Amino acid sequence: MKNVSVSKNDLKNKKPTSKLFRSEYKAAFLFIIIPVVGFLTFSIIPGLISLYASFTNWNGLGVMEFIGFENYVTLFNDPYFWITLYNTFFLMIGIPIGLVLSFLLAVALNRKIAGRQVFRVLYYIPVVSSLAAISILWQWAYNGDYGLVNQALDIIGIQGPNWLDNTETVKPAIIIMTVWKGLGHSMLLYLAAIQSVPKTFYEAAELDGASPFQSFKNITWPMVKPITFFLIITSIISGSQIFTEINIMTPTGGPQYSSATTVWYTWTQAFSNLKMGYASSIATILGFLIFIITAIQFYINSRSQYKLD
Amino acid sequence: MNREKKMSNILIVILLSIGAITMVAPLLWMVTTSFKDRSSVFSLPPQWIPDPFQLDAYIRLFDMSTLRTGIQNSMIVTLTVTTIGTLTSSMAAFSFAKLKLPYKNFIFLILLAGLMIPYPTIMIPQYVIFSNLGWINTLLPLIVPGLFGNVVMIFFLRQYLSNIPDSIIEAAKIDGASYFTIYARLIMPAIKPAVAAQFILWFMASWNDYLAPLIYLRSPEKQTLQVVIANLNSTYAIQTDYPLIMAGSVISLIPVLTVFIIFQKQIIESVALSAVKG
Repeated sequence: MKNVSVSKNDLKNKKPTSKLFRSEYKAAFLFIIIPVVGFLTFSIIPGLISLYASFTNWNGLGVMEFIGFENYVTLFNDPYFWITLYNTFFLMIGIPIGLVLSFLLAVALNRKIAGRQVFRVLYYIPVVSSLAAISILWQWAYNGDYGLVNQALDIIGIQGPNWLDNTETVKPAIIIMTVWKGLGHSMLLYLAAIQSVPKTFYEAAELDGASPFQSFKNITWPMVKPITFFLIITSIISGSQIFTEINIMTPTGGPQYSSATTVWYTWTQAFSNLKMGYASSIATILGFLIFIITAIQFYINSRSQYKLD
Repeated sequence: MNREKKMSNILIVILLSIGAITMVAPLLWMVTTSFKDRSSVFSLPPQWIPDPFQLDAYIRLFDMSTLRTGIQNSMIVTLTVTTIGTLTSSMAAFSFAKLKLPYKNFIFLILLAGLMIPYPTIMIPQYVIFSNLGWINTLLPLIVPGLFGNVVMIFFLRQYLSNIPDSIIEAAKIDGASYFTIYARLIMPAIKPAVAAQFILWFMASWNDYLAPLIYLRSPEKQTLQVVIANLNSTYAIQTDYPLIMAGSVISLIPVLTVFIIFQKQIIESVALSAVKG
């Protein structure tokens, strides 16, 4: 595909550059210049400043004084940095749970059952809902005495804890909420992947006497593997930036900082303590981690069947 | 066999229904709480139909000037960004997909690579840049970057445009149409469904944004709705005024849920498409 288009371009380029071509270049350039300038101004330049600022003792107002690796040394000896990094990764336990549940949902919704359109919409509602409103709602739902969660547990005879006030329950509480919110999204992507499998594959398998489990293992699973991979990567990228839930549900970072995450800590350091240089070093580490994860995705994606173009 | 299949389908519907109740119950609870009075919020077992049913929370909410300005600010930011940003993005997508320009694929890849830079990494320098421009506590830091377009949208529109034959554009060129005319008269109508879906997804993302408005907007009358309701939450939770807090959350959800219900087919299709293509 790519080769074909390249050779076509080559052929055209062999013609002498006419006025017509120059006017096309001009138009093409004018059409893309705005996003390119925006990208340079709002992503690349701030990214470079952030990298540089991480080597300074910047407070956001005065001059940036270069202090070498001092921020990074402080960072590696800062117990709060490690706690927040640990919490951020701990909260990602929700990713595999969500993937398994959403895959099962998608398999179920792929069958010819009554009301599948309605189910699809209902499961998707939390996805489009604003994270701020959802966090406010769940904070109230996790209330120890009157919250919906403990009321529901009460029906089956369990006395629930004061979820957000205990170091042991605050992380599971946030995980449950993030799984609940994201379920519909991964379900939808799985459903699309499952439905893109040609029906003839299954018919052929059935004719050959394959059991439902066998056709699942040999047809469905290989077909949804790229989506699983895509979902894992995008969930890790967004999971490593978790902030809104934490800031609204546990405004002080939870009991003993047990729900404080890396972005929350960066935000606190930068905008409450005005340690912009130090915060930039945390942000740089985070950006670097996400860069590696995304690079892995690009690399593996470039070898898989789902390609750009 | 057939009976067996029917039985298992019934079982699946039951399981799916339990799941669906879990998905929707918290939201319904939010709605019913907003119609309760302050004491029946704490009645055990919880009331699902408020008694007494009252609009008090909504009346008090709309008396607050911050709620009105919050809605207004969110509207200004979201509509400006998505309308102008969609224009710039779709023009760029047209150029990347159909026009000749040296190094354009390379430029496109660089733009895509920019998606790897997470917002938290650049938020601090962005903040300082905008504060030097005197834009803190204005809506400009939320609006201006969006006007330059959205790489995700460019990516999907470019994909969509690859299905449109080049010959249409060649024909228009021979007829002497300018590139802008081709974009406005030919390309836009052809990619309308994709533009609409991307527009809606962007609208929802922009409406729901929380971190950036939190950083830039200080005074209550400048804040967007999401920050306003988060502040309502921290102020009124101590007074256990849950009807008011929940009413605020309900109002913040109404625009996106309305858009979602109306366009659910297009939204679901375009998200699903992104999975198979991305």
